[in-house]
Amino acid sequence: MRTDITGDLREATEALQSWNAQFPDVAGHFGRYGGRFVPEALIVALDELDAAFRAAKVDPEFQAELAHLHATYTGRPSPVTECHRFGEVAGGARVFLKREDLNHTGSHKINNVLGQALLTVRMGKKRVIAETGAGQHGVATATAAALFGLECVVYMGEEDTRRQALNVARMKLLGAQVVPVTAGSRTLKDAMNEAMRDWVTNVDSTHYIIGTVAGPAPFPEMVREFHRIIGVESRAQMLELTGRLPDAVTACVGGGSNAIGIFSGFVDDADVKLYGFEAGGDGVETGRHASAITGGSVGVLHGQRSYVLQDEDGQTVESHSISAGLDYPGVGPEHAWLADSGRATYIAVTDTEAMEAFRVLCRTEGIIPAIETAHALAGTIELGRELGPDAIILVNCSGRGDKDVETASRWFGIMDGERAPEGRA
Amino acid sequence: MSKLHEAFAEAKAENRAALIGYLPAGFPTVPGAIDAITAMVENGVDIVEIGLPYSDPLMDGPTIQAAVDQSLRQGTTIRDVLETVRAVALTGAPTLVMSYWNPIERFGVDAFAGELAAAGGTGVITPDLTPEEAGDWIAASDAAGIDRVFLVAPSSTLGRIEIVSSMTTGFLYAASLMGVTGVQSVSQAAPALVERSRPYAKVPIAVGLGVSTAEQAAQVATYADGVIVGSAFVRLLLDAATPAQGVAAVGKLAAELAVGVRRTA
Ligand SMILES: Cc1ncc(COP(=O)(O)O)c(C=O)c1O
Repeated sequence: MRTDITGDLREATEALQSWNAQFPDVAGHFGRYGGRFVPEALIVALDELDAAFRAAKVDPEFQAELAHLHATYTGRPSPVTECHRFGEVAGGARVFLKREDLNHTGSHKINNVLGQALLTVRMGKKRVIAETGAGQHGVATATAAALFGLECVVYMGEEDTRRQALNVARMKLLGAQVVPVTAGSRTLKDAMNEAMRDWVTNVDSTHYIIGTVAGPAPFPEMVREFHRIIGVESRAQMLELTGRLPDAVTACVGGGSNAIGIFSGFVDDADVKLYGFEAGGDGVETGRHASAITGGSVGVLHGQRSYVLQDEDGQTVESHSISAGLDYPGVGPEHAWLADSGRATYIAVTDTEAMEAFRVLCRTEGIIPAIETAHALAGTIELGRELGPDAIILVNCSGRGDKDVETASRWFGIMDGERAPEGRA
Repeated sequence: MSKLHEAFAEAKAENRAALIGYLPAGFPTVPGAIDAITAMVENGVDIVEIGLPYSDPLMDGPTIQAAVDQSLRQGTTIRDVLETVRAVALTGAPTLVMSYWNPIERFGVDAFAGELAAAGGTGVITPDLTPEEAGDWIAASDAAGIDRVFLVAPSSTLGRIEIVSSMTTGFLYAASLMGVTGVQSVSQAAPALVERSRPYAKVPIAVGLGVSTAEQAAQVATYADGVIVGSAFVRLLLDAATPAQGVAAVGKLAAELAVGVRRTA
């Protein structure tokens, strides 16, 4: 309930200048993007979620509960690490990592999940479902479900259950049911379709914890707000560490949640350039990629209008990436709007470039990043070389690479025939 | 009066509900689908819905998913859908297209409405287009003289029913249950939904999702103006040993359902 008149006033004044207050509009639009394209059956649930989210946003009790969880469970604030040796490779620029990889469960995904899990409890629902690609969102959801005593079902493309077997095991250990999805391309987009079907069938008892800043309103805004802590913390940390704002903030973009989280802390700082690195797969020109903004067109997918990979008939085209977490043919609507408005720049990074950067970070800093994150690192190396030694670049280190050890070992040929024993990847 | 409303009026004059049959275009093949739909019409289906195959049919269960998946793998295009409409409209039955929104937006909203009208189509059912996002579609469909069909669901509040009804010109599609196509049977919630919608609906109300037998059709016909059957027809085509057997089975089910909707008379 909004009874605080000064709060309302502050919000109204803020709306005049702040991007975050200006977008989305009341119907969930970021410019021409976003909105709701869903079966009528889901509208009431979306309205209910919207009301719960808006109430929680201004409820000190909710905010305190979430902050307490982050401090005592997630491990927030996550540190910012300066990477001197990595910076030498990146043209001598000063490169800083926002260490979301050090969060409980190993990625930024937990920020959003804890927020939505608290909302689930508030709405009186007993069951959560989720889609997952790399398995990080699935693991985070299974974790929160265990913590709050909720039933949990995670939909995961069959192809991804193979690529990310370690995370499938983690979810099962945490008590979640993992449903392999065999429809379509058997990856993240099909997992999301299946989760939507479950939701429309079980909406009375179930909350669908969407894992990125996509889906029908209010998801893109709500997920941004739960990840905004990344940007808020790291802005203060950078000021503390360097005495000024960075020249550029970079992140990888799948659906776009880790990127929006860190961007949202800097979006009103006009001098800070924002860079999103999409998965370029074999190269955008080959057609085998997952770069919705760089290589896609405007369309409607999974309940919202944004950039999508599609053919001339509007059929979704399968995406390709070495990174399961970026292997998605769409992107959150706010990124589409940030791209069109010129506030952020989106660039595709190929599998090969990402894996090279993965290797560099391992060898120069003793940090094994998620392959998703490696896309941001590859883009940062290029950017650093462009901007030169005086530049300060903040990278969102969205996750750690434990789940990717097998994929990376195969890529670099370091398993040399002796395959890791099952379950010990 | 549109051809669609004439069909409802004729059924009403016979004191029965109209029978509405759905099949996706291009399944098992483009001509095969035309044959099957023609068999539906010849055996008593009053109004036809032709599904426009889409890669991400999140309102459909496994049966329709399997059919549209095959259709798309065989390369069915929007052009093929429009050709299917043209062929089916020649039977004289009012012919609508059921489509998720993205293919229409991608084709061009005005172009789609215009070409559908030129092919003899009478309307479009848009299961994932909410009235809030439908501005372009309302303008385009009005300009082309195409009927709009939106959905209400058991979860819809009276406020939602009012908004949806006010934008619907063809028939109001009452989804009988919370869920996807072809999985559950028509729910207890359906009669109540129709009753709640009556005061707002300016057009006939048809009930879909979960109707597969003559028995269920007869039941629904006691309270709705139209009975929609989809997955049950698709299932017959999926299970048929040969296309000819599929067409025969579809015709037989249509005939049974046609008896069902007349049982109230
Ligand atoms: C570590 C990591 N980074 C990034 C992503 C991509 O998601 P988003 O673009 O929503 O941050 C994922 C998704 O699984 C992930 O696990």
